[in-house]
Amino acid sequence: MPGGVAKPEGPLLALKDVSRAFGVRRGWLGEQRRLIAVDRVSLDVSAGESLGLVGESGCGKSTLGRLACGLLAPSSGQVLLEGRALPLAGARSWAAGRIQMVFQDPFSSLNPRMSARAAVAEPLAAQGVPRAEQRRRAEEMLATVGLDGLGGRYPHEFSGGQRQRIAVARALITRPEVVICDEPVSALDASVQAQVLNLLRDAQERFGPAYLFISHDLAVVGFMCRRILVMYLGQIVEEAAREQLFAGAAHPYSQALLASMPTGASRKEGELLPPPLEGELPSPLNPPPGCRFHPRCPKAVGICRREPPAWKELAPGWRARCHLA
Amino acid sequence: MSPLPFLTPRRRSRLAGIALNVAGKTLWMLLVLWGITLISFWVIHLAPGSPTDLETTLNPLAGEAARQRLEALYGLDRPLYVQYWDWLTRLLHFDFGNSMSADARPVLTKILERLPLTVGMNVTALVLTLLIAIPVGILSASRQNSLLDRTVTVLVFLGFAMPSFWLALLLMMFFGIDLQWLPISGLTSMDYASLSPWGKFCDLARHLALPILVYTVGGLAGMSRYMRACMLEVLRQDYILTARAKGLSPGAIIWRHALPNALLPVITLLGLSVPGLIGGSVIIESIFALPGLGQLFYTAVMARDYTMIMGNLVLGAVLTLAGNVLADVCYGLADPRIRSAREKN
Ligand SMILES: Nc1ncnc2c1ncn2[C@@H]1O[C@H](COP(=O)(O)OP(=O)(O)OP(=O)(O)O)[C@@H](O)[C@H]1O
Ligand code: SF4
Ligand SMILES: [Mg+2]
Repeated sequence: MPGGVAKPEGPLLALKDVSRAFGVRRGWLGEQRRLIAVDRVSLDVSAGESLGLVGESGCGKSTLGRLACGLLAPSSGQVLLEGRALPLAGARSWAAGRIQMVFQDPFSSLNPRMSARAAVAEPLAAQGVPRAEQRRRAEEMLATVGLDGLGGRYPHEFSGGQRQRIAVARALITRPEVVICDEPVSALDASVQAQVLNLLRDAQERFGPAYLFISHDLAVVGFMCRRILVMYLGQIVEEAAREQLFAGAAHPYSQALLASMPTGASRKEGELLPPPLEGELPSPLNPPPGCRFHPRCPKAVGICRREPPAWKELAPGWRARCHLA
Repeated sequence: MSPLPFLTPRRRSRLAGIALNVAGKTLWMLLVLWGITLISFWVIHLAPGSPTDLETTLNPLAGEAARQRLEALYGLDRPLYVQYWDWLTRLLHFDFGNSMSADARPVLTKILERLPLTVGMNVTALVLTLLIAIPVGILSASRQNSLLDRTVTVLVFLGFAMPSFWLALLLMMFFGIDLQWLPISGLTSMDYASLSPWGKFCDLARHLALPILVYTVGGLAGMSRYMRACMLEVLRQDYILTARAKGLSPGAIIWRHALPNALLPVITLLGLSVPGLIGGSVIIESIFALPGLGQLFYTAVMARDYTMIMGNLVLGAVLTLAGNVLADVCYGLADPRIRSAREKN
């Protein structure tokens, strides 16, 4: 395992060299091509920790999140939960209910025809918990997320932030060991974002799940997570502790992300993020040769165009994938 | 669909809300209906030709005097607004008047005679269409781009492209003439009167099998495509993903999460197809020599049988409006978003 920090008891959730390709077709009769959305990613999530994953839109974060909870099967590599290969999500999976998700879009993540209570209780139904018990626990969980007594309402009667609270309640009701949060606050107003983030933090303290926290916003990831992975075009390019990353990232892409972070003051006014980098994210259909970041990298040198950089261990728990690191 | 909610007090108040809404809608629709009759009455009378043509202009023995006598008989010599008023007041007593054709029988009787056949055929075809199209749509959506989905897509486009009269003739040739399994026209056999009730039913079924098949194939393509689209739209929502992450089986996901949401737009479509139930295709009814409403309306138009035309139009308009209300009510019962919007009003 390249550079992974071996914990004595072993990681709770581990991805080992996981790749995922999609077949895409241009036009009706175009040739089928392979789009590699996630390329040989390895990561560990320990019990109770929250691991951040940050990167631009389209770099493969959501695909990685879905791989990590069994909603997608890896094309190669392995996803392990407590050392056992994670089966695809489904009714007879031994892992059902142990990994849950919170999605970005609070409008599509709740079934419009199910009351909040029914949505929150359903994972229990899937586990065969008796009805009265389901209801009691759903109400209790709704109260925990600050929606006391609103269980009979339907999703359209809630605001975006409230819907996200329902999604959190639904994710936590089975007391999962891992919750994958895929940009849980990106669709919310800045003021509501903070509330939902605090809720997620409180929930972690109370119920103790590990989070894989995905966001394109480094500030949000920095608020939530001690350990952060930076992703670029399907690959992890840097892994570091939060303090380390904010004090001085090793990879030029991480540095660019940091530089584009607005200061705390201007964020609160709800200002739009400036574009983080020059140029566009290249298509994952034909990634640049050598270092994938070289067309946009201000520090690129000759070797960057020819050879993909290998992992470099900079300190325990800090590694980067750059020739110059 | 979710079971109809009838029991709890909260739901009862919901029903009361819907009833109030329907009452308001009905009033509005009566107004619309009145407008429709007004306009169609004028337009029909403006069209060239007259119901007396068949018996006068085209009959060398009848002179001008005969024409005038007939016009007086039908009341056609009075000003149009008087005729309309007369027709409308009778309509309010559910009197559609007598047909202006030679038999001069009441319009309502003539329509009611033919209604069971047309409605029966259309309802059967619609039910068959739904029974086939919904599962097909679900299957091809949940296995998008699979061999099954592609096969269905090709068949659907064939179905769209195929004219119904051509299919009808093809089926008649194959099942009626080559195989001689089914009769090719008419509603009953010669010995119908002497058959047992079960025999009568079978005889009717054999006669109607081909026309119903043609109607069904006609509706199938569009309906299965529509169902597939609705289903795909629902399946790409995140709550389907979370349902999978919860550990629900694929069947439970389709049955509890996807289908109820995908069926909502189908309700509207069904409401809109209610007037089509009496529409009866002139072409199909003519090919199979079936005495349906389509033929009745067609001959009425050709003969300028004003009262008959108006009767058919009123029936069609009433069904259109009723279909709208029905779709509204069903939608209101099924969709929580609309339900609560009503409660607030
Ligand atoms: N089912 C799929 N079929 C084909 N391509 C896909 C599929 N899912 C994702 N992709 C492609 O994989 C790449 C990564 O997508 P992904 O949704 O994981 O990115 P992301 O980082 O989550 O982006 P965003 O921030 O916009 O959510 C994109 O180029 C996308 O077009
Ligand atoms: S390897 Fe070269 S191009 Fe890639 S990030 Fe490092 S300096 Fe930039
Ligand atoms: Mg995403």
